[in-house]
Amino acid sequence: MAEPLSPPRLLPSGDSAITVEFSRTIDDAANRRVLALDLVIAAEPIAGITETVPTYRSLLVHYDPVQIGFDALGEQLLARAAKAPPTETGTRRWRIPVAYGGEHGIDLEDVAKALGTTPDEIVARHVAGDYRVAMIGFTPGWSYLSGLETFLHMPRRKDPRLLTPAGTISIGGIQTGVQCLAGPSGWHLLGRTPVRTYQLHRDPTFLLEPGDAITFTAVDAKTFAEQDRAADAGEFVAELVRP
Amino acid sequence: MSKLVVTSIGPASSVQDGGRPGSQRYGLVPSGAMDRLSLAAANTLVGNELLAAAVEIGPFGASFTARGGAVRVGLAGASRNADIGGRPVAFDSSATLSEGETLNLGFARGGSFSYLAIEHGIEGEPMFGSLAVNARAGLGSPYPRPLQSGDELKTQAASGIAERCIELPASTDAPIRIVFGPQDDEFADESKRLLTDSEWKISATSDRMGYRLEGSVIKHLDGHNIVSDGTVNGSIQVPGNGQPIVLMPDRGTSGGYPKIATVITADFGRFAQISAGRPFRFKAVTIAEAQAEAIKFHALLRSLPDRLRGIEDFGLNIEALRDANVAGQAVSAIDAVTWQVAVP
Repeated sequence: MAEPLSPPRLLPSGDSAITVEFSRTIDDAANRRVLALDLVIAAEPIAGITETVPTYRSLLVHYDPVQIGFDALGEQLLARAAKAPPTETGTRRWRIPVAYGGEHGIDLEDVAKALGTTPDEIVARHVAGDYRVAMIGFTPGWSYLSGLETFLHMPRRKDPRLLTPAGTISIGGIQTGVQCLAGPSGWHLLGRTPVRTYQLHRDPTFLLEPGDAITFTAVDAKTFAEQDRAADAGEFVAELVRP
Repeated sequence: MSKLVVTSIGPASSVQDGGRPGSQRYGLVPSGAMDRLSLAAANTLVGNELLAAAVEIGPFGASFTARGGAVRVGLAGASRNADIGGRPVAFDSSATLSEGETLNLGFARGGSFSYLAIEHGIEGEPMFGSLAVNARAGLGSPYPRPLQSGDELKTQAASGIAERCIELPASTDAPIRIVFGPQDDEFADESKRLLTDSEWKISATSDRMGYRLEGSVIKHLDGHNIVSDGTVNGSIQVPGNGQPIVLMPDRGTSGGYPKIATVITADFGRFAQISAGRPFRFKAVTIAEAQAEAIKFHALLRSLPDRLRGIEDFGLNIEALRDANVAGQAVSAIDAVTWQVAVP
């Protein structure tokens, strides 16, 4: 039988938010508990909570102190954290097209060299991965994925780039990610996806949810260009494999 | 249709409102006004909802011209020399620009941000329920970027009702109150004491994402990299160089530096208004105290409509008179134009 779950730490983030911390490190089990607590709160709401923000190791719970105080909310959060997490059978799974290497992924060759292998093997290994959206943060739609195989773990760049392209698929540390908007990044750029994880005036505006399962599929430059135009017109381009 | 045309404006000026909470789980920060009390006061002066969209004006001067009809405005926040076509206008009061008239605003005094609310509000297309500018995410309306000369803020014609002023609590230089956490255990007690015992200044390189603090160096117990977790307005992050950064309304929704403490809700706007280079201090309070202050702050916001006064009330016009004199313009207390008499 599973060990009884240790209670998370309740850390004050000022007077209007609580950080419910399950681990101090990146830890898949902790991330599952974060996402589970998020689901339990959605199913059994607590009056006064205004929004929740799942991250790798903690759930940030924003609340209105006019409606509920730190101690009362903390008690209810601990009670929900002790509940059995919902089963994962309902998890959505997305297949996301990626154009790897070349102009789409300018670091692919360097990554292959650094890891002592070929670009093709890096792509094969990245495509073979079974990932989960551990958190979305930093800028709109920037999705941090857990599940990167150990072989592809690599320290971040010493000099972060100030501008990396929209749709960048990259690896950094023990994570891989789907970046939506152009912006700074210290990760290694393997490719680009035409998928917009965030697009105004599209329903839904945000494609991915924390907890969604992700696999990648390699596409050529021509397919990328076609799908990029379709995505620009509001199509998802990402394939919903399940449910 | 009336509109206010931006005839000149400095950096760090944008349309802001109560922001767009609810999508931080997708990486979208709420943005919104740096100083909510001043935003709400400006809106109250012209009969708008408390957190309706208004112009947040950065430290430099600005001017606006009414076109297509008269435009009534409410001014609050950091006070400035202000005039409409040469007649002085006081802060914490409303005023009306006739068609073609220009409102001139000088540099901010005793603060960083002023709020110019427009009666009937600013017309725009809300995104996630808000007009607030978040330039990085391409959000905001009527312009998804800071304001520039020539921009137009569309509204409806001024109602012509009597001007009002608003009685706000006296400003204070009291220390900015903080609650320790969420990662204060990454710091020695000595470092925590340094935060509250030393004098701080806000760096000139600060912006709507974060205020960089200059002062003591806050050392971490071990390493400055933690695993990214969620942030709030007022999170005090300590990066590797030990110089804290306080996260402001355009912050990233997650961050990877340890957060030693958080500015309390009731003091956040007052903190946002501290001018670069001016010394200030922090004071630690308990969560219970911070929450009691948050409840009082909420009540203060709700009380704003009850704090409106007719502009003829002499006792409340001392501030206006002082502002006008500082403006270097002769003001007569019986000038019918400057001191309009409110009609109940």
